[in-house]
Amino acid sequence: MATLDNDRAGAAPWLLSAPALLLFCGLLLVPLVLTLMLSFHVFSDSQGTLATYTLRNYIEVITDPYYGSIFGRTAGLAFAVTLLCILLGVPETIVLARMKRPWQSICLLVVLGPLLISVVVRTLGWQILLGNNGVLNNALQALHITSEPIRLVFTMTGVVIALTHVLVPFMVMSVWATLQKLDPQVEWAGRSLGASPFRVFRRVVLPQILPGVLSGSIIVFALSASAFATPALIGGRRLKVVATAAYDEFLGTLNWPLGATIAVLLLIANVVIVLGCSRLAERRFKHIFD
Amino acid sequence: MSFLTLKGISKRYGDFTAIEQIDLDVERGEFLSLLGPSGCGKTTTLQMVAGFVTPTTGTILLDGRDITHERPEKRGMGVVFQSYALFPHMTVDGNVGFGLEMRNMKRAARAERVAEALDLVRLSGLGGRYPKELSGGQRQRVAIARALAMRPELLLLDEPMSNLDAKLREEMHIELRAIQKRLGITTILVTHDQVEAMTMSDRIAVMHRGTIAQLSTPFEAYERPTTLFASAFLGKTNLLPGEVLRRNGRCAEIDVAGTTLKVPHEGRHVQGQVNVYIRPEKVHLATIDTAAIRTTGRITTRVFTGNQWLLLIDTGLGQLSVAQPNNGAPPPDEGAQVGVAWSDDDLRVLQKEGLDGHA
Repeated sequence: MATLDNDRAGAAPWLLSAPALLLFCGLLLVPLVLTLMLSFHVFSDSQGTLATYTLRNYIEVITDPYYGSIFGRTAGLAFAVTLLCILLGVPETIVLARMKRPWQSICLLVVLGPLLISVVVRTLGWQILLGNNGVLNNALQALHITSEPIRLVFTMTGVVIALTHVLVPFMVMSVWATLQKLDPQVEWAGRSLGASPFRVFRRVVLPQILPGVLSGSIIVFALSASAFATPALIGGRRLKVVATAAYDEFLGTLNWPLGATIAVLLLIANVVIVLGCSRLAERRFKHIFD
Repeated sequence: MSFLTLKGISKRYGDFTAIEQIDLDVERGEFLSLLGPSGCGKTTTLQMVAGFVTPTTGTILLDGRDITHERPEKRGMGVVFQSYALFPHMTVDGNVGFGLEMRNMKRAARAERVAEALDLVRLSGLGGRYPKELSGGQRQRVAIARALAMRPELLLLDEPMSNLDAKLREEMHIELRAIQKRLGITTILVTHDQVEAMTMSDRIAVMHRGTIAQLSTPFEAYERPTTLFASAFLGKTNLLPGEVLRRNGRCAEIDVAGTTLKVPHEGRHVQGQVNVYIRPEKVHLATIDTAAIRTTGRITTRVFTGNQWLLLIDTGLGQLSVAQPNNGAPPPDEGAQVGVAWSDDDLRVLQKEGLDGHA
């Protein structure tokens, strides 16, 4: 067997990873540091961004209830989308996993489809479906289920629906991975020990796919908390989330430091929640799964 | 009335027939093995008994009760799976107690039964561990304890030893057999390992292409195989094609490559083209000039395995494989001319394929 001698490996590992490292530093780390620095700058309405430093931006965002409501709305949105993705994605994956060969691949492609479509096209598609004169409302009224169109565009409901649509695939992929590792004989073992199919699912299958549900939730939560295009197009200008608020500060009021502050706070909140959850999961599942 | 009865059981998947008309009776307290190569239908048979697979035709009776369509969770059988199928998110105690919990047994009574089951497989004190923290052999014992904790009337073992290393497997054969005898629990073992089947079983059902090729005690199955398949699958054998010359009361005179052999036919009707069998350990070396020899030949291969010598000898009858116990003195070298002897009683004869339905 070939051995990898650490002393002789020399510069090769560094050289091989250099392109990726350069890309990472140049396109992620540097802009991130610049944004962080920008958030401490002073902004003046007449002179724009000044070269002096302050904590005022942070104090303003944290204390102003206007921003508080935006952060609250974003958190609510992220939680709602995550919950819906769990409720839809987990059963969906289980059904998918039990399908026969050709249908399984076809349905998997359908599920992953939203990821293949440009965000703008997909979102405008939702406008057509959900609008006041959209397909959904016309159908509901034609069937006399409602007399008035239900307002879905420019509401949180619309944003939640559209975001769930595009983020469910992440939940499906994540749960799919854990389902593949599941020993098919454990279900039979549960049955032979006197458990009904439902109890087998609740006591044997569900606990084993929980890590997948959890990692899927972390991905979905992080992506929906920082989502921009969908809330901007479906939610509209007035229904702001953190990402669109930062965008408006940058390009609307041109208050770059404040926009940077919002962006940094969103990043921090996201990292804290995501890391906290995965730590918790690691500790909980450490001695159970490889 | 047998404890477990399979009557006319078949299983088809579309055009493919996995099991073709099996009839099988298992007595109370018996240890029966379903032995055969992969794809012979042995696991499917076990799964139908456990209720995981529904037979296409036929009925399964347990203690006189028709369970053909009963759901697996109602059958109360203990099953040990090839992969052990332990619940990784539960401790050993949780795993072993799962079945009892499903029966709504109280916590205290459950703990007692779990401890008892773990004691039976010599795993006391490991109840708090998770399966991941156990060795392969320990996991297998947990799987057995989990099945036994239910005190099932029927224990089903689906290749439970195939993931253990050879030495551990041998220990488990003896240990599991001892537990089975002590509890008097009716057991069906599925295996492709003929040594495993021989060591543990009261009876062996040799399966071949969805049917039972032979059903008898291990000794009977080895000594008097009734089909070509059973004789070849249970240990090694020398096969000599020949033709029946005469058949009298006890013996048939059979011409094998110009030599006439006297073979006991045990009352079976043999004629025309037949196969004559003899086990390698029933063939002996003898000095060429003795009268006892049946043929002569040249040793082409000589292998030492510790407890015995394995020899391949080119004879006038064809190539013979000979197993000679290691008695301290090595047999002649490769290339040596030797005489070959056997007792005519050790020869077996079976009709060639297609005449009597066998083989």
